[in-house]
Amino acid sequence: MKRFIGFLKKEFYHIFRDKRSMLILFGMPIVQLLLFGFVITNDLKDVKMAVVDHSKDEYTSEIINKITSSGYFKLVKSLDGIAQVDELFRKGETKLVLVFEPDFGKNFIKGSKASVQILTDASEPNMASLEVNYLQGILQNYNLEINRGKIVPSQISTQTRMYFNPNMESVYMFVPGIMATILMLVSAMMTSISIAREKEMGTMEILLVSPLRPLQIILGKVTPYLFLSFINALVIVGMGYFVFGVPVLGSFALLMAESLLFILMALSLGIFISTVSDSQQVAMMLSMFALMLPTILLSGFIFPLRNMPVPLQIISHIIPPRWFIIIIKNIMLKGSGFEFVWKETLILIGMTAGFIGLSVKKFKIRLE
Amino acid sequence: MNSTVSINNLSKSYGDVSALKEINLNIKSGELFGLIGPDGAGKTTLFRLLATLLLPDSGSAALCGFEMVKEYRHIRNILGYMPGKFSLYQDLTVLENLNFFATVFNTRIEDNMDMIRDIWVQIEPFKDRPAGKLSGGMKQKLALCCALIHQPKILLLDEPTTGVDAVSRSEFWQMLKGLKSKGITIVVATPYMDEANLCERVALMQSGEILSLDSPSGIIASFEKDLYSFEAKDTYQLLLNLRAYPFVNSVFLFGQSVHYTDVRDDFVLSDLKDYLKSKGQDHVEIKQIAAGIEDCFMALSQQNTVQK
Repeated sequence: MKRFIGFLKKEFYHIFRDKRSMLILFGMPIVQLLLFGFVITNDLKDVKMAVVDHSKDEYTSEIINKITSSGYFKLVKSLDGIAQVDELFRKGETKLVLVFEPDFGKNFIKGSKASVQILTDASEPNMASLEVNYLQGILQNYNLEINRGKIVPSQISTQTRMYFNPNMESVYMFVPGIMATILMLVSAMMTSISIAREKEMGTMEILLVSPLRPLQIILGKVTPYLFLSFINALVIVGMGYFVFGVPVLGSFALLMAESLLFILMALSLGIFISTVSDSQQVAMMLSMFALMLPTILLSGFIFPLRNMPVPLQIISHIIPPRWFIIIIKNIMLKGSGFEFVWKETLILIGMTAGFIGLSVKKFKIRLE
Repeated sequence: MNSTVSINNLSKSYGDVSALKEINLNIKSGELFGLIGPDGAGKTTLFRLLATLLLPDSGSAALCGFEMVKEYRHIRNILGYMPGKFSLYQDLTVLENLNFFATVFNTRIEDNMDMIRDIWVQIEPFKDRPAGKLSGGMKQKLALCCALIHQPKILLLDEPTTGVDAVSRSEFWQMLKGLKSKGITIVVATPYMDEANLCERVALMQSGEILSLDSPSGIIASFEKDLYSFEAKDTYQLLLNLRAYPFVNSVFLFGQSVHYTDVRDDFVLSDLKDYLKSKGQDHVEIKQIAAGIEDCFMALSQQNTVQK
């Protein structure tokens, strides 16, 4: 036990004296969360749009008013004709053009059918479809308003309610994702680098010649990061709650227990990486490419999995954060209990056991 | 306790390169033993094998009677090992490093002060300095302290004086003498031939083989030829001329002078002088000298190459 505490003390010295580790450990979670929360957002706000109004009547101006007062769109230009649209899009500032047909109002009242055309710059496809959706929504609302009190033959009226995220805030999606990314990074990358550093500096040679057992070395390496990662998990959930208003509807204890499990998984993965890499560089590269990219791309954190090609969907099954994100989304946003996430939990436990087994088998008691 | 090291037919190769070729060696308890040889002679490989860090291809070794492969755990408790590369935590202070290694071996600095006092007093003024910021000599002293903190029976030092200034080197050897008096078996590897004289016995190593195993004086005594030292203005030309001499046995450059032996036992120095004069080198200083370890090593290594 005294040995273990001595080892822990040494590890904490390493961490607290290395500015780079400190930055990764404590700077990155906060910066990433703020970045994703405030800067990178999928929500629409003041999208610049232009109008080609061939009709110029009270209906068109009312519709334009509705659109601009929604806050999502901002009218920046009124065009004379369709011909100008191409040039406008090429300039790139304006993303959306709304075209009213000639005699829009007249057709609307008399023929009870009027057409508008939505032109959009689809070089950013996701944003384009989002903008079109929002615009259609506003037009539909207006339609309903106009028709209120009138008898409209057989019409389906839709009423939408967004469950679990009523305002469609993207930060709801980012907090679980960032939690997975950060925990993965801190746990796996930092442990693998710290073990690889001992190999690189030659100190592993001395540790091996000492009576320390492999398990003691591994535990000594892992415990500080387990502790620090757990603090990180608390910070992320706390910031999500207090800064961005992301709720924790389910059991907080369950959330933390699942986080601990995920941290353990990432730590064992980190040890495994360190057993196959001899230098800090290799460990860093392996963690970056084998962990960071899949965690961001294939975990369903930013890009929905169901839209991916089948091979990628299959690969995503072996990406641990995928399961963790499902679990924490369920707990935080839906308030689900353990009965809804036991399958994913079991998968994570299996992965943890697998990595620990592999690392213990691969950890060398000698130099080769 | 009998702190011996006995090595039997120990071989080790890395792929096609054989680093050690059937080494046999017995080191006595309490001996200060030197492994002398150039880089690539196999000294580090031998140390890593003895330190249970590598597994041999064939052969065996025992330290304090513990078998190297099967009883490696016992060996790790009684062994002090100092790798060739400085292998302490550079971001930890001197005291923290020492404390850490003490706890790793389940002991305390205070309990082992007797063992390390002589060395510790020299580095104590720097005890709060990060180990990475020490000078080369200080680093080695600290590493030695850390290797001694658990009172090992056998101490393996891999090139402890490489990259250390001359004063620190002699201080370091002074410390080893002091440790020897405490009964520790000390095995030192070094590429510096002049350090061989400081050991009780030495093994001259080259290309994974032991060329000679004896006390330094014994090795020097085994040098049979008459050795001459030549000095001239143009040392390089002198070297070429001597190499071209028909009766040359060996000629090696030693700093400013050239060491020469002849194949003939009854050779007359004036013949050689005339030869050099005919080559245009008039002012050559010639002395007969006693052989040093390095001369012996050169002769043995030449012999060894010829035999193959």
